Amino acid sequence: MSVDISQFHQVYFEESFEGLAAMESGLLGLSIGEPDSETINTIFRAAHSIKGGAGTFGFKTVTDFTHIMETLLDEMRSGQRMVTSDAVDLLLLSADQLGRLLVATRDKHDYDQDEFSTALHNLQTMLAGAPPEPEVAEVVDAPAQTATGWRVKFAPQPHLFMTGNDPARLLRELAALGPCMVTCDSSKVPAFGEFEAETCYLAWQIELNAAVPESAVQEVFEWVDNDAEIVINPILPAVPEVKAEKASVASADEKPSAARTEAPAIAEGASDANGAQAGSDDRRQTDRRQTERRSVERREPAGTGAAAATSIRVDVEKVDGLINFIGQLVITQSMLMAMSENFSLDDVEKLREGLAQLERNTRDLQENIMSIRMMPISFSFNRFPRLVRDLSSKLGKEVQLRLLGENTELDKTVMEKIGDPLVHLVRNALDHGLETPDVRVASGKPASGTLTLNAYHEGGNIVIEISDDGAGLNRQRILDKAREKGICGPTENPTDAQIYDYIFAAGFSTAAVVSDVSGRGVGMDVVRRNIKDLGGTVAVHSQPGVGAVFRIRLPLTLAILDGQLVRVGASVYIVPLIAIIESLQIDPNAVESISNQSEIYRLREEYLPVIRLREMLGSTQAPARLEDGLLVVVEVDGRKFALLVDELLGQQQVVVKSLQTNFRRVAGVSGATILGDGAVAMILDVGGIVRLCRERAADLPLLPPTARVA
Amino acid sequence: MSAQMVTSGLGSSAVLGEQFLTFILNDEEYGIDILRVQEIKGWEPATIIPNTPAYVLGVINLRGAIMPVIDLRLRFGFEAAEYSATTVVIVLRIKNPEGLERTMGFVVDGVSDVYNIPAGQLQPPPEFGGSIRTDYVKGLAMVEEKMVILLDADHLVATDMELGEPPEAEASTESALAE
Amino acid sequence: MASILAVDDSASMRQMVAFTLKGAGYDVTEAVDGQDALTKARSKQADVVLTDLNMPNMDGIQLIRELRKLPQYKFTPMLLLTTESAGDKKTEGKAAGATGWLVKPFNPEQLLATLKKVLG
Repeated sequence: MSVDISQFHQVYFEESFEGLAAMESGLLGLSIGEPDSETINTIFRAAHSIKGGAGTFGFKTVTDFTHIMETLLDEMRSGQRMVTSDAVDLLLLSADQLGRLLVATRDKHDYDQDEFSTALHNLQTMLAGAPPEPEVAEVVDAPAQTATGWRVKFAPQPHLFMTGNDPARLLRELAALGPCMVTCDSSKVPAFGEFEAETCYLAWQIELNAAVPESAVQEVFEWVDNDAEIVINPILPAVPEVKAEKASVASADEKPSAARTEAPAIAEGASDANGAQAGSDDRRQTDRRQTERRSVERREPAGTGAAAATSIRVDVEKVDGLINFIGQLVITQSMLMAMSENFSLDDVEKLREGLAQLERNTRDLQENIMSIRMMPISFSFNRFPRLVRDLSSKLGKEVQLRLLGENTELDKTVMEKIGDPLVHLVRNALDHGLETPDVRVASGKPASGTLTLNAYHEGGNIVIEISDDGAGLNRQRILDKAREKGICGPTENPTDAQIYDYIFAAGFSTAAVVSDVSGRGVGMDVVRRNIKDLGGTVAVHSQPGVGAVFRIRLPLTLAILDGQLVRVGASVYIVPLIAIIESLQIDPNAVESISNQSEIYRLREEYLPVIRLREMLGSTQAPARLEDGLLVVVEVDGRKFALLVDELLGQQQVVVKSLQTNFRRVAGVSGATILGDGAVAMILDVGGIVRLCRERAADLPLLPPTARVA
Repeated sequence: MSAQMVTSGLGSSAVLGEQFLTFILNDEEYGIDILRVQEIKGWEPATIIPNTPAYVLGVINLRGAIMPVIDLRLRFGFEAAEYSATTVVIVLRIKNPEGLERTMGFVVDGVSDVYNIPAGQLQPPPEFGGSIRTDYVKGLAMVEEKMVILLDADHLVATDMELGEPPEAEASTESALAE
Repeated sequence: MASILAVDDSASMRQMVAFTLKGAGYDVTEAVDGQDALTKARSKQADVVLTDLNMPNMDGIQLIRELRKLPQYKFTPMLLLTTESAGDKKTEGKAAGATGWLVKPFNPEQLLATLKKVLG
């Protein structure tokens, strides 16, 4: 039977990257001098697994590199080697190198040879200059070439059965090497009364008439070495001429077996390239559903080459739960089926119950399936100890990182996409937020600053907070800058919250010195845009001298959203609830018109631009009278807008479907969904609507008045 | 070009060449590679996609997938027709230049026939003067004394997408035309 | 067909082992560490146990030690999947009651051959 093991490569790489992450967080958590043995064990185990898999899958460079790391860790584990900060640093760097090596192996790219050699050299030097352990060389037995057979004494100890070994199996194996003469010694079998079935009393003398190497015979008894007396003696040939002939046969026999034991990984690796191709083709033909799933995944984000296909590792418990819910669904279905066979009006109540049960089942199933995509945010938080450690030493700051709510779960896709914005905010807090120790001490704070990452669920959303106890945002500097850049008018008198919000404006940067830490390339505007693309929001709160908090609010998943159904003209649209602040009836006295073009609604002390959705969405119906409609107040970039709709319908969870799958991106629309009656409804992208509205306002004078309405 | 070079009907013996599904649009007969046809379904109202050209009628729920529906009459600049129970939507699988496959529905007046048209019998499209933009046209063929305009499905939609990409400008002119 | 309990914390190794064995017609139960394996071994009798050495919660050696205490696993063949770098672990494993071992890296053919050995 031949098995294509390349199909397990992906799983191997995934678990190896997880292992690397575990290794890194373990290394970062090691206290120098008095390390925790369980932590070292975890790090060692990660290296060991990566090495083991690499060996199996034939990734020799990975095996060799990890082998040295493993050896170092093993020495630390057994106390032979001190856990110094140099050693930890080297292992961290090596882990990075290993990561790059794994990525290159996975994507079949080249890796930087020089960099790799340096890393390898450093590791070898750390191993006290000792060269890497020599490969186990096959020892050629000199007498094996002359012996025509072997005389074996096999006298098991009484406990042999208790090791799961069976003498009959060993004899059979020996017989497979060549013709055997077996003599059984039963002299130790006791009288019937003392006989114990679990004890081995027998011993054997075997004469194997085959010119096999001694190692082959030893191999048969390898497992019972300590559980039996084993004596192997060569049978020497009587006639010298025969010896030469036999010897040549022996060496010819020997080669294949040696090659098989020594080089499986290499052979396997060589056949992989072809095997992977053929194997995946086969699967594509046999499992259409899987193919479809794959092609959908390929359509998703433009990943990095071969690595684009993604998968999720799912807790077995979650799968079991799913099977359980499916079972319930089947029961409900058969119950309803049975009811339909002889349905009478008396059964209406039962039918209603059945349908309620069906609804429950469906909801359970839905929640369970969604939970499969959910992962704890620790996957994302894990990279920060390292980042903070590296950055703070570079900046000459002392920083304590606190991670809270690491088990808070969110959708895998959301997590992947929030990674970069989080890194940016953390860099920013380290660079601009936290002060150097002397400044801190001078202002009466502890020398070491604290950076806190916190995650928690709040009403169908996940909130991630990045807070520091640094100097806070510099209100005056931001205001000056905003005026200088024209983001804020010279006479405008913004509130503190509005001022702090300016940092998210495009092209805004207040760093007095451009550092290589947060740099100037990517601004906060990109952070906000990325978060907005995920349907989330980000806001900052700051207190001078006390610190700043960046609060990110995200939907738990991109696959489902809580929506407010609204009617605009003849169509039903969905406004994501996360964007809605309130909905209200219109007080005609609160509407003000500016130069007959745009309308402003006065809500309490705020003035909200009114966006007429009928016009924005190209409804063919005449513009609605303001007082007949309702206003949905939404917040975009920290500013509020009032959307004019004809009617508020219900609120419901909707499954988000992409318009791009079969069509393309549409301005003002983030996707579509299928409602309960099977009809399609568009999901509005509130930010996009506001942008569209601004663009049209800019275009206004250029267009004839009739074209505006269409 | 003679009529007997071209066989008509599904039942006829297979001739080496491509099979085309033909349909009627504004009293003209158009053909499309039959391998691209996923199914033919009746007309149903579509949900409007805001700010798209008028020929994009909207999207419908095709067994859980969101599929756009395009009115070929409007696409080709013909007069709009009433949609009725006999109006037909041809569901096509098309590839964009990046090789991604999309499923889209095209509203036509009615389905006509299936023809085997050997590749050699295709005439290049006229350089100018046709009623539709020639870059969608794969070629012309004579079938039973009638002219059939064979369309290039991929090209049709690829061009369509390009036209549609900056929706604002395109939308206002197109809808002005439609009204 | 014989029932086999395959224990490894590495998903790729475990899946490869399970896939190979299932392909050869064995009935395979997978476990992610010693603790998990112990639970599964109790609820379903395995004819052979294949276990990795280094695992969180409970390692392979401890697992074998615990299994041998159970009357129904007194004579069951138990194989350790080890690397050659863990030479002394073999001895320790033997002392705990392991039947034998299979040295990593191994390929599917070697795995099946080894299994045939103990199943006879």
